[in-house]
Amino acid sequence: MPERQLLTKEGDPPPSEPVESAGSEAGRAPVPASSRSAVLRRIVGRLPAVGRAVGPWAVPLLALVIWQVTARTGVLSPSVLPAPEVVVRAGSDLAATGELQRHILASLRRIAQGFGLGAVTGLVLGFLVGMSKIADILLDRTLQMVRTIPHLALVPLMIAWFGIGEEPKILLVALGTFFPIYLNTVTGIRGVDPKLIQLGRSYGLGRWALVREIAVPGAMPTILAGIRYSLGVAWITLVIAETISADDGIGYLAQDARQMLRTDQIVLAIVLYACAGLLADLLTRLIERRVLRWHPNYRRPSA
Amino acid sequence: MTPPHASRGAGLLLDSVGRRYGDRWILENLDLEIEPGSFVSFLGPSGVGKSTLLRIIAGLEQPSTGSVTLRGSGPEPVTARMMFQEDRLLPWRSVEDNVQLGVNGRGYEARSLLRAVGLDGRGSVWPAELSGGQKQRVALARALLHHPELLLLDEPFGALDAITRIKMQQLVERLWLDQPRTVLLVTHDVEEALVLSDRVLVLAAGSIGRDLRVDLPRGDRRGHPRLVAWKEEILQDLLEPASAGTGAG
Repeated sequence: MPERQLLTKEGDPPPSEPVESAGSEAGRAPVPASSRSAVLRRIVGRLPAVGRAVGPWAVPLLALVIWQVTARTGVLSPSVLPAPEVVVRAGSDLAATGELQRHILASLRRIAQGFGLGAVTGLVLGFLVGMSKIADILLDRTLQMVRTIPHLALVPLMIAWFGIGEEPKILLVALGTFFPIYLNTVTGIRGVDPKLIQLGRSYGLGRWALVREIAVPGAMPTILAGIRYSLGVAWITLVIAETISADDGIGYLAQDARQMLRTDQIVLAIVLYACAGLLADLLTRLIERRVLRWHPNYRRPSA
Repeated sequence: MTPPHASRGAGLLLDSVGRRYGDRWILENLDLEIEPGSFVSFLGPSGVGKSTLLRIIAGLEQPSTGSVTLRGSGPEPVTARMMFQEDRLLPWRSVEDNVQLGVNGRGYEARSLLRAVGLDGRGSVWPAELSGGQKQRVALARALLHHPELLLLDEPFGALDAITRIKMQQLVERLWLDQPRTVLLVTHDVEEALVLSDRVLVLAAGSIGRDLRVDLPRGDRRGHPRLVAWKEEILQDLLEPASAGTGAG
């Protein structure tokens, strides 16, 4: 379809290009009115696509520019907030000695282990309570009571029990991720249309097939929302756990830098956490788009 | 599309079936015999228990009193499949996989059934991409894949527009003529019941108020003078449920 090709051609060019041409147009020699309006029309025609691609980055980019300018001109003292380039240099210095990689890997390992533990127990218990009346009666009340304890309140207890080893950090992350996933799994399963379950029964699906074919996929949108939320909680928990007691990890990097008054490294640690959160979010979005591709709300616009 | 054994459909015997919700009797002392291979419609005002009766026959609900006996043509238990007012397609399965719900590896048959209901080549799309009428046709194909000797239709065309509705009626009739089976249809549409059925049962106050044999030739029933007359009578029944209820005996 030629029309469609034209459309993708319009949508594809590097997003910065039309913005540049718009900027340089003012300084250029007068152009014949007809071709000028054609150029203008082209730019305006592309604006929606460009806006979609560039728009979300506009504010962070602006913040970065303001940060750089204020730090350079001395409005911001380096001890308060060092310039972006200084932070980048701190990162590359640490990377050169292998320090940076060690800290990032340590944090990633804790997230993977803690999140894995919390997610698996949350999913298993969530399915049990969602599917079985007996498990609901036995477990749900207890879990709801435990849920009211802020898991970060357990930090001192965890340190008293396990010292400053790996266990308290992994357990705290697991605890933080458990509840969002557990709650969303239970809600998701209970929210599956009973008419579909009845249909499955009348079409001869057994108990296990009902779970696999109807309950799990039906609960999936809610479960994935829980996973995405709990990934955020996992990083927050890790920041606190690593700041309090650790000898490696991004949180330790920040804590250590504070003692050395290295503001650049503190900011680096914050940026690293932000990147980690962003990546985790991106990953879950990708999974959502793949797993929920049947769902009209998650389908990529097909133009 | 040929069944494992030649069948005329299932016969059906209801023996003083009753259904109670709390202390309210929805159905009371219902006796009914339905011949194998017939097309029977149930009419009646809302809340009279038509759908309940269908669910009891399907085994989705247990009667409070009495018994339901299904007689198939073979020794194996009768396969009954139900179609609902909502399509009840699984949105996370493609159309073809929806048709194959409860069976595996019958893609070829599923595709040929999709062709039979006029959805050739649409097997790989998601249900969300189909119109209401198309979804109901998928649900019909899904029911037919099991070669049911008894097909139960619970207002399956109720939510469709008039044109789509007539097309669906013609489709169901054609498929029924191609492949004999017993069909029970619950509907609010008197004309739909008269056009499609061999027999129309009007329910009133928990029992059968009118039992009508529609012995008109198939194909061009719409507008037939006797059909029009029956339609008037049945509409009178439905408008005055009290007087119709006493006619059952």
